[in-house]
Order: sequence, then structure tokens, then C-alpha cells
Amino acid sequence: MFDEESREISDTIGRLLKEANAKSVYLVDKDGQLIASSGETSNIDSTSLASLTAGNIAATGGLAKLIGEKEFSILFHEGEKDNIHISIAGERVILVVIFDERSSLGLVRLRVKKANEALTRCIENILKKMSSGKAKENLLEEISDEDIEKLFQ
Amino acid sequence: MSFINYSAKEINCKVVYYGPGLCGKTTNLNFVHKKMKPDSRGKMISLATETERTLFFDFLPLALGEIRGFKTRFHLYTVPGQIFYDASRKLILKGVDGIVFVADSQVERMDANMESFDNMKSNLVEHGYSLDKVPYVIQYNKRDISNCVPVAEMKKVLNVDGVPDFEACATEGAGVFETLKGVIKLVLAELRKGA
Ligand SMILES: Nc1nc2c(ncn2[C@@H]2O[C@H](COP(=O)(O)OP(=O)(O)O)[C@@H](O)[C@H]2O)c(=O)[nH]1
Ligand SMILES: [Mg+2]
Repeated sequence: MFDEESREISDTIGRLLKEANAKSVYLVDKDGQLIASSGETSNIDSTSLASLTAGNIAATGGLAKLIGEKEFSILFHEGEKDNIHISIAGERVILVVIFDERSSLGLVRLRVKKANEALTRCIENILKKMSSGKAKENLLEEISDEDIEKLFQ
Repeated sequence: MSFINYSAKEINCKVVYYGPGLCGKTTNLNFVHKKMKPDSRGKMISLATETERTLFFDFLPLALGEIRGFKTRFHLYTVPGQIFYDASRKLILKGVDGIVFVADSQVERMDANMESFDNMKSNLVEHGYSLDKVPYVIQYNKRDISNCVPVAEMKKVLNVDGVPDFEACATEGAGVFETLKGVIKLVLAELRKGA
């Protein structure tokens, strides 16, 4: 990801957090990598959250195909105290909003819709930049066996 | 594919352990989990049935050191081996950067190895990938058992592409890290080519 888009993404999810009165907001790649987060995130294992969310979206996507739908773009899980709202943004990323009784499903849904538009634009820009080759920095010119050994020390 | 986060200076890669049911995929991850330092491994998640068969996936995130100033994170997944879980196997291959094919060295599992290998190929194709593009290594696991197939024979059947391969006994841990390093090396090399 690039600095400009990175900033825009954190601004967007920060705004969503406030406007939706949510506890925390996460943006996750469909492959299970965490992209960004905002709010009370310290007591949740975000790596696990990202992987399980992506698995969840993948599984329901499989279900959708079975019944002839393209995908289910919104999932909602209701808990005793906390609820999770999961939605797909820009076809490529997943937006996760965790909220409690200080907010409501209606409010979250409304704010997520707005945030989705901004995120979709952002993701498109990133993908464009990546394919136009701006990402082609000489990142890993020469990786030696020692480099790899060092990773495990 | 590999998610390079330039602003956080992070490289995230997804490695999938594939292979027939009970060949030792979960055992590989368990061993890695046990041996990694706590500060470089995340929580291991196993979505398993009550009889400990992998239902959806096992997941182990590793945050390793830096390469050229980029933090590296590897997310290790296993697939469920049973034939009837093909739908979930397919899902887990999505976005894969590298594969460890774990073969079971027991004579009676050779058919299952080949079946699983073919299944992996066709599932990759469904995602628009192919085995000559996705880096992979092969592990001949359970070398400790008495009725195991000679490695040369397993190579002939399973390693037609001549990729890096490793003998292992995952329950004892022998060969587990060699295999992991082997696939990581290939993944990073591929990233270098593509990046
Ligand atoms: N003898 C022997 N048994 C193994 C080895 N690796 C795994 N196993 C056993 O094989 C069984 C299945 O292993 P598991 O990791 O659950 O297989 P998975 O279905 O591929 O995840 C377990 O009982 C393991 O203890 C090995 O190297 N040698
Ligand atoms: Mg398993």
C-alpha cells in the first residue's frame, strides 16, 4: 500500500468509528491480512480476527454461489453484548465493525455504506498504481540463505 | 497475492500446507508453533471437529524478522484433507503465495498422495493459478514408520517438477523447519521476480 492511500484509509475508518459510535473498526484483505484498524483494538487478537473474517466471507461466498448468488455483501453476527457487522468494500477488502448497545445496526449500516464508497475509490487507486508499476520498487534484490536463516533467529 | 504494505513496510505472505487427510499437516503447524519464540508467533487457530480432524483450516501467523527494512509476516494455513471438504480446500488456496505439499510416506497412502496432488492442481486452476507459477515444496512425512516408501520412489511419482523436497517426521519435528524455510525462500524469490 502507498502512503497517500494509507492515510486516506485510516482517515476513513477513523471517521466511520466515530460516526457509527462503534467500538472498533478493521479493514481486512480478502486473503486474510489486516490492512488497518481503529478504536479499541488492543484487547482483540487482530491477526486472528483478520484470518477468521476472511474465512467467514470465503465460506459464505461459497454458500452464495451454491444458491446462485454472486456473494453476500453483508454479514451480521449478534452477540449478547457485542455485535459484528462485516461487509465487502470495493470487491477486494472486508470492513469489520464491532459495536455494542451504544450504537445500532441501522446506524452502523448507514455509516458503513458511506465509508464503503470512499474505500472503494481508494482500493481502485491502489490497484491502479500497482498495475501501472509504481509498486515495482527494487525491494528484494538479493535474498541470501543467510537472510532467511536470520528470520528464524 | 503477497500483500506488500509499503507504508507500514511489511510483507505479508500466505503459505498453505496441502496433502491427503492425516498426512501430518496440523502436526507440522503444531511443531512450528511450539518451537517459535512467543514474540514471533501469534495465536494458533484450529477449526476442527470434535475428533480433531481439521474442519476448515488451521491458522498460524508468524512475524519473523526484517528483510531490507521490511517486516515479514507469514500466515500458515492447513487445509482439511478429507475428500468431502473440497469446497473449503478451494477457499483456503485463494491468495496463496506458496504451498507445502505434505505427502504421507506409508505405502498404503500413496494413492491418497497422488489424488491429493491432482486435486491441488485442479483447485489451483480454478483460482486461475497454476503449479508452474505458485512456488511449492514437497515434504515426505512420517519417515519414521517401518513400512515407508523409499524416497526415490516418492520423488518419481510426486516430484515430477524437481522442486525442493524434504524428508520429515513431523511428530518429532525433524525436517519441519527445513521445509518451512524452503518454501519461504521460494516465496521471497518469487516476490523479488514479481515485485
Ligand atoms: N509416525 C508418525 N506419525 C505422524 C507423523 N506426523 C503426523 N503423524 C500422525 O498422523 C496423524 C494425523 O496427523 P495430522 O497432523 O492431524 O494430519 P492432517 O490431517 O494432515 O492435519 C496424527 O496421529 C499424528 O500424530 C510422523 O512424522 N510420523
Ligand atoms: Mg489437520
